[in-house]
Amino acid sequence: MDYRIEVENLNVYFDELQVLKDVSLKISKNMVTALIGPSGCGKSTFIRTLNRMNDLIDTFRMNGTVLLDGGDIYNPKVDVVDLRKKVGMVFQKPNPFPKSIFDNVAYGLQVHGISDKDVLTEKVEESLKAAALWEEVKNKLDKSALGLSGGQQQRLCIARTIAVEPEVILMDEPCSALDPISTTKIEDLIHKLKKDYTIIIVTHNMQQATRVSKHTAFFLHGEIVESGSTDKIFIEPSDKRTEDYITGRFG
Amino acid sequence: MSRKTDEFLIEKGLFITALSSIIIIALIIIFIFVEGLPALQSVGVFNFIFGMDWSPSDGQFGVFPMIIGSLAITGLSLLMAIPLGIFCAIFLSEIAPTSVRKILKPTIQTLAGIPSVVYGFFGLIILVPFMRTQFGGTGFSMLTASIILTVMILPIIVSVSEDALRSVPPEYKEASMALGATHWQTIKNVIFPAAIPGVITSVILGMGRAIGETLAIIMVAGNVVQIPTSILDPVRALTSNIAIEMGYATGLHYNALFATGIVLIVMIIILLVIANYLHYKKKVTIGGGYL
Repeated sequence: MDYRIEVENLNVYFDELQVLKDVSLKISKNMVTALIGPSGCGKSTFIRTLNRMNDLIDTFRMNGTVLLDGGDIYNPKVDVVDLRKKVGMVFQKPNPFPKSIFDNVAYGLQVHGISDKDVLTEKVEESLKAAALWEEVKNKLDKSALGLSGGQQQRLCIARTIAVEPEVILMDEPCSALDPISTTKIEDLIHKLKKDYTIIIVTHNMQQATRVSKHTAFFLHGEIVESGSTDKIFIEPSDKRTEDYITGRFG
Repeated sequence: MSRKTDEFLIEKGLFITALSSIIIIALIIIFIFVEGLPALQSVGVFNFIFGMDWSPSDGQFGVFPMIIGSLAITGLSLLMAIPLGIFCAIFLSEIAPTSVRKILKPTIQTLAGIPSVVYGFFGLIILVPFMRTQFGGTGFSMLTASIILTVMILPIIVSVSEDALRSVPPEYKEASMALGATHWQTIKNVIFPAAIPGVITSVILGMGRAIGETLAIIMVAGNVVQIPTSILDPVRALTSNIAIEMGYATGLHYNALFATGIVLIVMIIILLVIANYLHYKKKVTIGGGYL
């Protein structure tokens, strides 16, 4: 089995507070991995470690190794800009830029030096199609992205992320601010994207985890209690705490 | 007393407070117009605004050189203060470590509170002689006045722009960084454009202060009534005209100074309308209006 991401003995601290304790997890290529667990258990911190978004927080400290395709992403020689191009991220709250729909998708390409109008136009169309948004917006590409519905905004954010052709897409509760219909659309999209991308999704929704993922890791108090195939975790969990959580006894 | 009467009294009280400030402003404006109109009538509005000659003893009342003087001083100081102020605001909001910002921000805000006479005095003692030795002439000039004004309006532009930059939702910054943009690309393409309405507000406030400033300008601008041909020429601003001559003006001259005030008020209103329009338009193109 090929692993895209290998995390070993990861510890993360914000000031004195330890948020992740000795976390180890291997994430397979071109597959969806779901991270579940109650609020505050460290899931978001974990995925934000994978594209070094935590670096933006002054009090962040970590030790352990995080390998992407075998290379340590916390090696001082690593170019964070390159890393983030390879590991894209979709946030919990849809956060399109206050720009036009076209500019939102073109932005990532432009910051990586693509300025040719034809290339941009082609890439923007391709990405919007891949994100299943093209049909809804093709006639209003120059309109503000803030005029779209929440679900459309989130698909726009996905289009923006895949425009820069990442290998991995991190999704931090991408549906928590959306209605059921939009959620279905995003989930369909995840199914479509998984053959080209390695996707890691944080979710609070158990059903969503079972619907979209092949692998699941259960986080509790900053530790991984159990990880493995989604079927196994949801049908016959080996840890009592996992069973309690997925059957709704806490969390 | 019942809760209902309480509410009633508070609401009416607030209403009266708001009303009284409006009434006071209205009364002042009415007074200025009543005192100034006789001069406008006897000289003629067109002659007053576009007249090139201001010599009260000969009955000549043309304020055009002073309109140009006010606009030129304000324009030149904005030209210097806007880029300086914006870069300083970007530094404070995005780049400076928290400890540095905690010292710098209050320091800059304190600068806004220094009385203008102090700036004028500093200009007179330090800047005017410096300009004299550097560029020749008397040292009293439009440039000298603009430099002093720049220092005076910088704190306003810096602190209001910095607030605008800091109120840009952090989600935008995260989204941009997560796409692999560098910090500077993020500032230039996402954070700053989103903060533009607030930055325009800061410029409006700075402009208001610059065009209304009197004392500091009188002390360093030279106050010669002429249309400047170079930035080293002495000029007189509309505000200075009123302050300089008010002490001894009588009759039509006295009314003409109030008429100068009318011109100043109308000019400020026009500039504010333009600035507010730009502000509004920018907000609309951004599409949300979260600022």
